[in-house]
Amino acid sequence: MVPTNYYVILSAVLFCLGVFAFIFKRNVITIFMSIELMLNAVNLAFVAFSQALGKLDGQVFVLFVIVVAAAEAAVGLGIIILIARNRQTLNVERVDLLKL
Amino acid sequence: MLAYLWIVPLLPLLGAAINGLFGAKWPNKYVTLTAISSTGLSFLCALEVVREFFKSGQALFHKQYFDWIVIPNLVSGGNLFRAGFDLQMDQLTVVMVLVVTGVGWLIHIYATGYMAHEGGYYRFFSYLNLFMFFMLILVLAANYVLLFVGWEGVGLSSYLLIGFYFLKKSASDAGKKAFIVNRIGDFGFMLGMFLLFRAFHTLDFQTLFDAQHAAGWSVESFGQFGTLTIACLLLFMGATGKSAQLPLYVWLPDAMEGPTPVSALIHAATMVTAGVYVVARSHVLFTHSETALIVVGTVGCATAFFAATIGLVQTDIKKVLAYSTVSQLGYMFLACGVGAFTAGIFHLMTHAFFKALLFLAAGSVIHAMGGEQEMPKMGGLRKKIKWTYATMFIATLAITGIPPLAGFFSKDSILFEAYRREGGRHSLYVVGLLTALLTSFYMFRLIFLTFSGKSRYDEKKVHVHESPGSMLGPLVVLAIFSVIGGWFALPTFFERPDYFANFLAPVFGGAHEVVDAATEAASHQLELILAGVAVGAALIGIAVAYWLYINKPKKADDLATSMKPAYTTLLNKYYIDELYAFLVVRPLLWLSTNVFWKAVDVAGIDGTVNGIAHGTAAIGDGVRHSQSGNTRSYAVWVVAGAIVVLAVIFFWPGAGKVVLGLVR
Repeated sequence: MVPTNYYVILSAVLFCLGVFAFIFKRNVITIFMSIELMLNAVNLAFVAFSQALGKLDGQVFVLFVIVVAAAEAAVGLGIIILIARNRQTLNVERVDLLKL
Repeated sequence: MLAYLWIVPLLPLLGAAINGLFGAKWPNKYVTLTAISSTGLSFLCALEVVREFFKSGQALFHKQYFDWIVIPNLVSGGNLFRAGFDLQMDQLTVVMVLVVTGVGWLIHIYATGYMAHEGGYYRFFSYLNLFMFFMLILVLAANYVLLFVGWEGVGLSSYLLIGFYFLKKSASDAGKKAFIVNRIGDFGFMLGMFLLFRAFHTLDFQTLFDAQHAAGWSVESFGQFGTLTIACLLLFMGATGKSAQLPLYVWLPDAMEGPTPVSALIHAATMVTAGVYVVARSHVLFTHSETALIVVGTVGCATAFFAATIGLVQTDIKKVLAYSTVSQLGYMFLACGVGAFTAGIFHLMTHAFFKALLFLAAGSVIHAMGGEQEMPKMGGLRKKIKWTYATMFIATLAITGIPPLAGFFSKDSILFEAYRREGGRHSLYVVGLLTALLTSFYMFRLIFLTFSGKSRYDEKKVHVHESPGSMLGPLVVLAIFSVIGGWFALPTFFERPDYFANFLAPVFGGAHEVVDAATEAASHQLELILAGVAVGAALIGIAVAYWLYINKPKKADDLATSMKPAYTTLLNKYYIDELYAFLVVRPLLWLSTNVFWKAVDVAGIDGTVNGIAHGTAAIGDGVRHSQSGNTRSYAVWVVAGAIVVLAVIFFWPGAGKVVLGLVR
């Protein structure tokens, strides 16, 4: 039996990797992947706690998160394709129309 | 009808409303009809009310129509304070109402002729009717608060009418001056009201002046400054503003910028006598304070003399009459100041007749001259405008105090009372007599300069013509009253009852004590002598005027050159306007500009408000740069925020509860 700590620490490490990738990567697709990584880190934590506490709530949440992630992937990839078509680039630093 | 007293003031208000709302699109004759009929009906109603009042035989009719300001006493019931729309009728009111509606109506008729060719015809009559409404409220009011409504209302109408030709800067300035100077007096009037309320918890005339109520007051002798003295002095401050007495008289001569019927109605016959009316109405208070009476008498006497001296040299026909009005109002206050309220009110009435007539006749002269007001550019008009001349001559004789015209009786009774009641000093009497001499001089100077001698205008340019019948009619009626108006109160040496004093006795009551037979005989003789002296003074004034302006026309100019300092001082009205400008207006302007405007308003208030706005804008401008449009920098902020939240949760165990508490 692997202790819950290990899962939680792995989850934290994956989450932090996702955060740093989100902050430091420029490619939109990589950023998108880092978001997925963070979501899955959280999923791992949910499942680990669900197993440790003997309750199913965490697993139910994971199903929800997967559904939301799938939907987000559909919308997000659509947006990315549009950006790539309009700007011939996937560099987020060049997508800054929201600045003042 | 007596119970429907409110109709009397309501009719002019209706007239004002109708003319003001619809008059702009109507032809002049409808406006005329509305204005004349509303005031005429009001006069008829007043007559009917007065008839029923006499028939009922009561001393005071008082009716509460509706509550206006009520502060109920929640603890013990009743009212802590009540000011209602209450009207009252007593003998003093009878005199005032009849003068206001009667003279007012005549002047309305006159004005239809005078203003016929002026623009803003409907506006003029709307204002004039509005004035009548407020003036009637003033004289019919049964408490100080309602009286103050009328008081302010007539001030407003006066302002509107002085500035009637508002495109002319001098006219709009004069209107503002009248309004602002009156505000100073009104300030005192209000303080007086507050003081009276604090002391007596009521502002109703009936309760306040109740004989039994007043019997408990002790007379405050000279130099004592109790509640009554201070209240009286404050009320008198209001009266000096409205009635143009020293030191607040300066607005009245400037008020002549208004159309002449306005000068006649508001600035001679009715509104300016409101101050005298208030003093007479509050006579119960004033008789309990020697100081206040002495102040009233002295101010009145000083004003009478002071204004008369300025009137000696003025060249504008209306300005002479304006200073004459100030002077005659001084006479009324002189009478009130020596406790002879009946004489004061009597002079108020006769003055309303002859001064309205003088102004209307002057208006007729100005009309005939095509707008010229300077007497040096008139002369020799006697033959050309006979009716105007005749009526104006009668009015002049009346104001001069030639028997048996109205002015003789009223002025004589004032001088007699001043002599008799002043307690042996006679200073007020002497100055009053001197003023009578000056009055007759400047009035006949006006007559001689205007109507006698050679014409000094360009006869080719100015087509002198007699005024229309609508203007001459009121002149003739007023002339008749200027002659017979004084016969109500014959001096006692005629061995006839003094109708006017008996008539007003229920109001002024003890003000006229009965004297025994021996002193009465002596007083008859005294009055005869004093009347003779007064007429003598008037005749001297006429003779001097005749000598200077008819006999030796050059002499007047010689005199002016030989006494140049005195002449220029008088011509410049003792430089009072300049003095006020130096002492009051300019310091106030400086203070307002540099302190209230630039320091308090611009730097303080605007500075704070704009400073907050600018500060907010600056902060926003600084923070705005964080919106870079760069997704990754946003992510940094999100992460930083998450770290802060986590740190708080870890290192501050109670934080969760605090946050939840705040949210709730």
